[in-house]
Amino acid sequence: MTLKQVVNNVAEMPASKKAVVDIKKLSLTFQTADGPVYALSDVDLTIEEGDFVSFIGPSGCGKTTLLRVIADLEQATGGDISINGVSPHEAREQRAYGYVFQAPALLPWRSIERNVTLPLEIMEISKEERIKRAQEALKLVELNGFEKKFPWQLSGGMQQRASIARALSFDADLLLMDEPFGALDEIVRDHLNEQLLKLWARTNKTVAFVTHSIPEAVYLSTKIVVMSPRPGRIIDVIETDFPKDRTLDIRETPEFLEIAHRVREGLRAGHSNDD
Amino acid sequence: MTMKLDKFCLVAAIAALLALIFPLSGIDGDTGKQVAFVGDIPGLAIAMALCVIAGAAFTWLGVRSVKAGIVILAVAVFGCWQAVSVLYDHGVAGYAGLGFWLFILSLWAFVWRGIDVIANFHSLDRGKQHLANVIVPVAFGVWLLFVWEVVVSGFGVPQVLLPPPSMIGERFVNSTDILASDFHQTFVKAVLSGYVMGCGSAFIVAIAVDRVPFLKRGLLPLGNMVSALPIIGVAPIMVMWFGFDWQSKAAVIVIMTFFPMLVNTVTGLNAAGKLEKDLMATYASGYWSTLFRLRLPAAMPFVFNALKINSTLALIGAIVAEFFGTPIVGMGFRISTEVGRMNIDMVWAEIALAALAGTAFYGAVAYIERKATSWHPSFRVRRH
Repeated sequence: MTLKQVVNNVAEMPASKKAVVDIKKLSLTFQTADGPVYALSDVDLTIEEGDFVSFIGPSGCGKTTLLRVIADLEQATGGDISINGVSPHEAREQRAYGYVFQAPALLPWRSIERNVTLPLEIMEISKEERIKRAQEALKLVELNGFEKKFPWQLSGGMQQRASIARALSFDADLLLMDEPFGALDEIVRDHLNEQLLKLWARTNKTVAFVTHSIPEAVYLSTKIVVMSPRPGRIIDVIETDFPKDRTLDIRETPEFLEIAHRVREGLRAGHSNDD
Repeated sequence: MTMKLDKFCLVAAIAALLALIFPLSGIDGDTGKQVAFVGDIPGLAIAMALCVIAGAAFTWLGVRSVKAGIVILAVAVFGCWQAVSVLYDHGVAGYAGLGFWLFILSLWAFVWRGIDVIANFHSLDRGKQHLANVIVPVAFGVWLLFVWEVVVSGFGVPQVLLPPPSMIGERFVNSTDILASDFHQTFVKAVLSGYVMGCGSAFIVAIAVDRVPFLKRGLLPLGNMVSALPIIGVAPIMVMWFGFDWQSKAAVIVIMTFFPMLVNTVTGLNAAGKLEKDLMATYASGYWSTLFRLRLPAAMPFVFNALKINSTLALIGAIVAEFFGTPIVGMGFRISTEVGRMNIDMVWAEIALAALAGTAFYGAVAYIERKATSWHPSFRVRRH
């Protein structure tokens, strides 16, 4: 990829995009028996429409907590947060996002297809429509043909793909992913990363992605949020401008290595504050 | 390869050989003579000789295949038939001697070895494996009945203490109409209705307890207390409240089955993982939607545990409750009256009926469990 192409790519993007997630001065403190734990402190962040934002940092830096606050699974104790202009609670009630957890969390008594149609069932969508959408979602993650299988009959990677299909099935514009590939081996992870990128490029969804892998973060993202623990805070936000149809090959380019280096430096700086 | 002797077959051969030598029966007090001799009974003599030959042969050859196991089991079955016929047709009942018991020892060694071989049978052919899995417990059960029969008859145990199974079986077959009406009264009327009411109400209360936190703190300890009430104390009170008929028995069963179901269902409702609950939250799923789609299915293994425990508790409860007043029909009523009349074989026939009914009930619940929670790791069908 030449510099010119990168520049062209940037030029094609619309000048002002809609903010999907808008966070200002957000903080979250857990009250425990051992005293308060400052999980998040003074977080400012804007995720725009079509962004692929990665949150990276050591464990305990609050990256999962931040994602859970966006998803209204945790409540912030200070600051402001809005999703599509409304509160996280309203956004959750509107089913504004699909959430992919660290583990597949498929229900063992439901077939793969019925797992994928679970959110649609809760949203009271008609049966024909449910099955049609499940077919489409399973095709997106290349799991068509496995509709009638049960979760335990699939490998770990296939189960996680099924859980992604489930998050895609109701076509929310925002996808929240919490270390979805953390438990998978390198080769499967590369493959799923490629698939995820294709999916993102095709559907123009906004993705917030938690990871602890630097190459994964750099490869996938348009924006990398580097976080540091105790208290959990953002120490760097790096914008990248690789094209949407990037391949795994970009990991060998100088641009890629430079960004990876910057991420690593950020992580190291966050750690040295701590010692 | 060194030759390894089959110890069980060796025991069988030696015991059968000694059985031919030692006296078959004791001495009749009136005549002063031995009751019977092996030499007079060709069938028994052949059976003993067969045991010696088969025992010696398989001691050297070893019982290595299912076929060999079936051969020694066939020898044992022939021997068992002859042993029973000696007891009843040749007057040895009550007078069995050392020779007879040595013969039984020989048969025991054969049966042990034969069942052992079939129990260790593994096949990828599902039909054959299933057949082997059925044969083992059946053969073992039949053998136990045989031992019970010959020990009771051979030693001449008084029937009041323990009748032989053949006598119980005969009484069972000849009293089917009484047994049927007792079964209808106790099982169909009292047990089934009490079971359904007890388990059903506990299930509903469990959901209420789950929904309303103060019930969890208030009702669970109370339920615990009710379950600790002695059935012997509760049953007469229930009879006073609900009358002599099946309703009072059903009430006892409700009290007995309520708590296991309540506790198991409450535990089961908390069995769904945090991740799955978060998942439902991300879909903005309401209480009832989450209950039916996530928490109740996850609770099913616990609910079925309680249903299985209660299936046997209910029958015990009904039978014991009938001791405290009942119309002149019912399994508990029959047991208490026939004991008084020294008709012990009838008591045993009722016990056999209770065992059959209880096992069938438990089996039916276990079967439904298998169908309903086939997704559970303990039931998952092998996928290869």
